[in-house]
Amino acid sequence: MTASLTDLTLKDARAKLRAREISSTELTQAYLDAVARYRDWNAFITETPEKALAMADASDRKLAVGEGGPMEGLPIGMKDLFCTAGTRTTAGSHILDGFTPPYESTVSGKLWAAGAVCLGKTNMDEFAMGSSNITSYRGPVASPWTKRAENKPLVPGGSSGGSAAAVAGRLCVAATGTDTGGSIRQPAAFAGICGVKPTYGRCSRFGIVAFASSLDQAGAMARTVEDCAIMLEAMAGFDPHDSTSADLPVPDWTAACAKPVRGLKIGIPKEYRVEGMDPEIDAVWQGGIDWLKAEGCEIKDISLPHTKYALPTYYIIAPAEASSNLARYDGMRYGLRVPGRNLVETYGKTRGEGFGVEVQRRVLIGTYVLSAGYYDAYYLKAQKVRRLISDDFLKAFEDVDLILTPTAPSAAFREGDKMDDPVAMYLNDVFTVPSSLAGLPAMSVPGGLNGDGLPLGLHLIGKPWDEATVFAGAAALERAADFDVVPYGLERAA
Amino acid sequence: MTYTIKGATGEWEVVCGLEVHAQVTSEAKLFSGAATVYGGAPNSQVSPIDAGMPGMLPVVNRECVAQAVRTGLGLEAEINKVSVFERKNYFYPDLPQGYQISQYQHPIVGKGEIHLDLEGGDTKTVGITRLHLEQDAGKSMHDAQDGASLIDLNRSGVALMEIVSEPDIRSPDEAVLYMRKLRTILRYLGTCDGNMEEGSLRCDANVSVRQVGEDGFRTRCEIKNVNSMRFVARAIEYEAKRQIELYEQGGDVEQETRLFDSNKGETRSMRSKEEAHDYRYFPDPDLLPVELTDDEIEGWRAGLPELPDAKKQRFIDDFGLGAYDAGVLVAERATADYFEAVAAKAEPKAAANWCINELGGLLNKAGKGIEQSPIAPDQLAALLALLKDGTLSGKLAKDVFALMFETGDDPQKIVKDRALEQVTDMSSIEPIIDQLIKDNPGQVETYKKNPKVIGWFTGQVMKATGGKANPQAVQQVLKPKLDAA
Repeated sequence: MTASLTDLTLKDARAKLRAREISSTELTQAYLDAVARYRDWNAFITETPEKALAMADASDRKLAVGEGGPMEGLPIGMKDLFCTAGTRTTAGSHILDGFTPPYESTVSGKLWAAGAVCLGKTNMDEFAMGSSNITSYRGPVASPWTKRAENKPLVPGGSSGGSAAAVAGRLCVAATGTDTGGSIRQPAAFAGICGVKPTYGRCSRFGIVAFASSLDQAGAMARTVEDCAIMLEAMAGFDPHDSTSADLPVPDWTAACAKPVRGLKIGIPKEYRVEGMDPEIDAVWQGGIDWLKAEGCEIKDISLPHTKYALPTYYIIAPAEASSNLARYDGMRYGLRVPGRNLVETYGKTRGEGFGVEVQRRVLIGTYVLSAGYYDAYYLKAQKVRRLISDDFLKAFEDVDLILTPTAPSAAFREGDKMDDPVAMYLNDVFTVPSSLAGLPAMSVPGGLNGDGLPLGLHLIGKPWDEATVFAGAAALERAADFDVVPYGLERAA
Repeated sequence: MTYTIKGATGEWEVVCGLEVHAQVTSEAKLFSGAATVYGGAPNSQVSPIDAGMPGMLPVVNRECVAQAVRTGLGLEAEINKVSVFERKNYFYPDLPQGYQISQYQHPIVGKGEIHLDLEGGDTKTVGITRLHLEQDAGKSMHDAQDGASLIDLNRSGVALMEIVSEPDIRSPDEAVLYMRKLRTILRYLGTCDGNMEEGSLRCDANVSVRQVGEDGFRTRCEIKNVNSMRFVARAIEYEAKRQIELYEQGGDVEQETRLFDSNKGETRSMRSKEEAHDYRYFPDPDLLPVELTDDEIEGWRAGLPELPDAKKQRFIDDFGLGAYDAGVLVAERATADYFEAVAAKAEPKAAANWCINELGGLLNKAGKGIEQSPIAPDQLAALLALLKDGTLSGKLAKDVFALMFETGDDPQKIVKDRALEQVTDMSSIEPIIDQLIKDNPGQVETYKKNPKVIGWFTGQVMKATGGKANPQAVQQVLKPKLDAA
């Protein structure tokens, strides 16, 4: 009984809760049991079972009288980048030791207001900087997936690795993620789940620990496209506390999932067919193309000529903003303080011990590209290229409705692989970064398995504010892929 | 008259530009809703945004933007319809975010000007380079506790306008005039209270020197912490002399930031050009560019009060005041308003005279501003009416005025209570005059030779009547009697 409860999709669980076939307390307890059982995956940094049960109880009372919001009683994981009032928030970093926010992020607040139940805070790369969840001060996350033939842990992707592992491993019905250069979509692909990053400005950034302000966007991770749509509807919307939040109504994305895709024009960018591309990735991509064609879509070859500059552009802009955003962690007001003999030494020790290697690397890169004499050559140039990349997309969208690409250039890899070469690690985001730079809505859905039995993702990019068409296309891919493989780690453990 | 400093090698000229930080008058901070009241308990006016807490985002307070534009309009400056907030990155414990949000490449206000009233009625125009909005830092207290510095973040995030002048200032006195005029304009506009003691108006001076007749500018030093009118002049003068001495000894002035020590009256090096911070400015990605519409700008323009230059001209034109008196009256808007209220009911020149000399003197002595004047404009007008209709002599009027200042009573009441009306009924004075002539034959003789001695007799009559007699009337009766004696 317990296993089947945690296997329910968000939509089905919601229907059963509303029909009072199950209670939120029952469902929440099933997930709490699963969280405890798979604790060695390290998917959660902070578990909040008492809070979860209290919230579930409150939901049950509402559901009992036919009330409750669109997420009422549904237990979710909250990425530990969202500040949660009264619950420790670490951003996966040592430097936020002991930090419990007195305020709630807008997005998490909206989810609680919609009735969602908080199971805990999910693990993540430190300050969301990483593509494999290995930079977390709280330790790496093991994916519930392993290669079919072996039982060695794989990375869940990152930075929203804890959320991806928790959703794939049935530790929660859905989870929040944040995506700066692919941090929702890449782990979703690695974990065989769905993950959506909406248009920049759709979800408020207020209360989300900042990585790169012009790129950070919250999004939803769940086991189906429709589940993502339901959850994102509860997260999105204008927030006067975020100047970059868009004052636009939130469309009915759940309905959009059922919309036929016949007649949609799908762009296939030739620049994404990178040299030395894994043939299995290419095959999944071709599979996606064929499925959409079969659904009545028109496939068009397109060009996004500045694609090759996206990764270097991203790795100038994101660290530049991060170097400034992370300046506030100085050991003065909250979090870790490692005292030195004087102020400068205290800064040095606090930040030296408080930040991990990858974070330090990006702070240094960011400081460098913004410094006098280099600003024009790096930061300013990168901003110009960013505009060109954005223009590529807007031009392409004059002819097509969606763009289809693979989500990541490889399947999940082993912990330890790609670790000593940061550039190899950065290449994980090669397909997701361009749409991040352009602020476009994009989603990863499972496209199938590779030869090792590991999931691979398909990536749909939409026009600005047109998440609806992304959901429609993603739902079509989901129907065609009919992906229902349960992670082997889960099966083995069971 | 040009100000020069005589050195060993000749006459030197001072070149100075001022950077003024003016705290915007606003209920709330520039990017948070926290309050901005001066003197609150430490850290009692701090939102999570001002404390640089994780995930907090700034949102521009539109009222602060309006205040900056009003100030720009008051400085006859270009208003930039698009301006950009950037981050100025540096570490300091009283800067919670690790960066100050400021405007750099695209300030909200561009070139403008300020007109200085020089002695002798001349005016001089000092150019304004720009005005930009930025947030203030908190306050560090280094000696409050052993081994630790304390931080008060009440000021953190408060909106400042940085107003930068062109290097048009040529003397310490001009710098003071500039500061005074700027403060007057800000106070008229209601965009900054101009209080230097509370730090709402702070000044840094960029100073260089050059020999008289020399073209171009030499290396300048930035003098920080020049935070009173008096210090502005002293710091500039000291710094100019220091630089002249350096040059004359064959040395060179190095570009650096210097601190003015008000106790010692000198400037000392704070950091050299090499030690200058690399602030790594870049547009703040948390904020969109500030965009202004023509309608907004015109709305703010229409709401501007009459400014000091215009008011001064009107006082000269409409009330026939001299330039000096008009200038004194308009220096504070409250004084000008007071004067106008009096002038509406009394003769304007007399009103100006009494406002400046009598009222100004008593207020000064009492250490009060015109807002705290115990005498209302109507009461002063009433006093001037009593003076005009002869009820009070000039001397009595001043006495009554002093009593009004003390008690706040109407002049009519004071005159009535103390029976201070000028004695105009000569029948009561004639016997006094007769007695006086009778008692002082010697003085009468002197008068015959020198008619000016009538003043002595008048004075005696005034004394005998307790000042209540009308001196003109006394003389009219006195003269024929003396002549006949």
